[in-house]
Amino acid sequence: MRNERQTDKVALGIRRRVFEHAIRNNGGYLSQACSAAEQLAWLYNEELNLGAPTLPLIPKPFEGVPSPGNPDYHTGAGYNGPSTPEFDRLFIAPAHYALVAYATLIEVGRMAPEGLEMFNQDGSSVEMIGAEHSPGMEVHNGTLGIGLSTASGLAYGRRLRGDTGRTWVFMSDGEVQEGQTWEAVQACAHHGIDNVLAMMDVNDQQCDGAMSSVMEVGDIRTKFLNFGAACVEIDGHDLNAMRDAVHEPHDGKPLIILARTNPFHTMSILEERFPRLHYVRFKSEVERARFNTSIAADLGVDPVDYTH
Amino acid sequence: MVEMVNRPYASAFESFAAGNPDILCLSADLTSSCEIDGFRDRHPHQFLSLGMAEQNMMSFAGGLGLAGFRPFIHTFGVFMYRRPYDQLMASIAYPRRKVRMMGFLPGVTTPGGMTHQSIEDISVMRSIPNMTILETGDATEVESICEAADSIDGPVWCRVLRGSVPRLFHTPIKVGEMRELSSGDDILVVTSGICTEEAMRACAAFANAGLSIRHLHLHTIKPFNTEALLDQIGSVKHGVVTLENHVTEGGIGSLVAETMADAGVGKKLVRLGLQDTYAHGGSRPYLMRYYGLDALALVKGIEGLMGQEFGITEDDLATARVDDVHSLVKAEAL
Repeated sequence: MRNERQTDKVALGIRRRVFEHAIRNNGGYLSQACSAAEQLAWLYNEELNLGAPTLPLIPKPFEGVPSPGNPDYHTGAGYNGPSTPEFDRLFIAPAHYALVAYATLIEVGRMAPEGLEMFNQDGSSVEMIGAEHSPGMEVHNGTLGIGLSTASGLAYGRRLRGDTGRTWVFMSDGEVQEGQTWEAVQACAHHGIDNVLAMMDVNDQQCDGAMSSVMEVGDIRTKFLNFGAACVEIDGHDLNAMRDAVHEPHDGKPLIILARTNPFHTMSILEERFPRLHYVRFKSEVERARFNTSIAADLGVDPVDYTH
Repeated sequence: MVEMVNRPYASAFESFAAGNPDILCLSADLTSSCEIDGFRDRHPHQFLSLGMAEQNMMSFAGGLGLAGFRPFIHTFGVFMYRRPYDQLMASIAYPRRKVRMMGFLPGVTTPGGMTHQSIEDISVMRSIPNMTILETGDATEVESICEAADSIDGPVWCRVLRGSVPRLFHTPIKVGEMRELSSGDDILVVTSGICTEEAMRACAAFANAGLSIRHLHLHTIKPFNTEALLDQIGSVKHGVVTLENHVTEGGIGSLVAETMADAGVGKKLVRLGLQDTYAHGGSRPYLMRYYGLDALALVKGIEGLMGQEFGITEDDLATARVDDVHSLVKAEAL
């Protein structure tokens, strides 16, 4: 059994790593760590049935895109273990959460901390927008809205094969603006695909700002229910709520867990940057220092020494 | 007379796919229109209806490919790349999924007008890394398209003919080869798809008029053996004419032009096809005449290249029986 404190610690560790990385690099996907840390910590630390990693703890450099002339090509899925019938699979649909996902791999011992030093470095496989060859990734999801469809196809195929493993998708709420998301749900409902599950980070934010100001999406739980999914809405920072939500009956339907989250959770100073939280780049050294001090205090660590 | 084969895809797909559990038949609400209604009724466990939702269908097919299946997607070609281009690229082409995209009603073979006519699909597919492109020109090629496509380790774009299709050839598609339909030495004519039958008619008329034409039919457009084409170009005196059911930009006309330019071939080239224009709705013969895709258009193109007229009339073309050249039909190994 894994206990709650342990997953709490994983979530805190994720935020500390993303914080340190963002301060050192004068910006980053901080808000995504605020909203999603519990979800990814819970998936990796408790819920997903994954085998031991099959790829080196320190990621290999970029080895080329898929092509007939690249016979040794492989994806980054090996960080989640082997793709055998009994194990679960996970797609990170919003690939700009990659920094948070990489931090999660480190916290659960699937990647070495050195991996994060390779983030967004030229020639590295640890890409800023997670590619399918990046650690923990299996498909290229940089274009939002394709993740659930791909997972549904994989899940349907795995059902035909008799696999017992589930196919999970970590999603972002902005993806409900894409028509493809709804096409995928109706396809799952029509074909009774219930071995696909989604955890959606509902932080109400997108690149331009608050979703309500960019394109109002309304009551998405009711929409998912009407399109034929099972859907539960929970506090996305409450691990016990996740543990309960996954037991929601969903025979013949995909299960969508809407994790309502706070985009400043545990980093209160981020609210200063609302509503532009997608990628926080510090506007001055003064601001960088203020954020360093404030977030370090929130997370219970010393400020990052980034002067050398 | 030329044998006409009714719905060759229907029986060919069923005999190819039935009982092979790794082959799945996907449809987007055009099941009978793509001649797979019988397969759906007789093999429901291999059939997957994905509705009018092509974006999901393309990514879903990518997921099936990831699970080790080889999905055959059936819809009108135009609906399989214009709206879901992003999904085609990210979920199928990039990861080299073994998805076989069966695009029906290529070019002006539909009276449906602009929204139904895939006039630039070859251009698009040629520019996609990892993509293979096959095009059918007769019933035998339709009958062999499934095996040909499924032999490819990666995604395949196919232009498939439906309904009543003439049988021009007697050997199946061999991926990577081209068909040498006549072996003249004055002009090289390169055609694909439905334009090949038109060109066979024109070539027969020119033979009677004393101009010797070398005619190549392409069923494999990508990958392409440029060396073999250059050998063919080297075998004619005057130049090359291409004719395609597609815009002249990016299709086989461009393919031939690029091949010639890259090799520094100094011969004339005339590219026939849709000339930077959309088509509209109408019958196939009307559209082929109106947009210059038929035998008469090829005659004019060749006359233009030669700078002389050969006195070939529409009546000559109508009476030039295609089966006159059947004895010359052979596959050329490349």
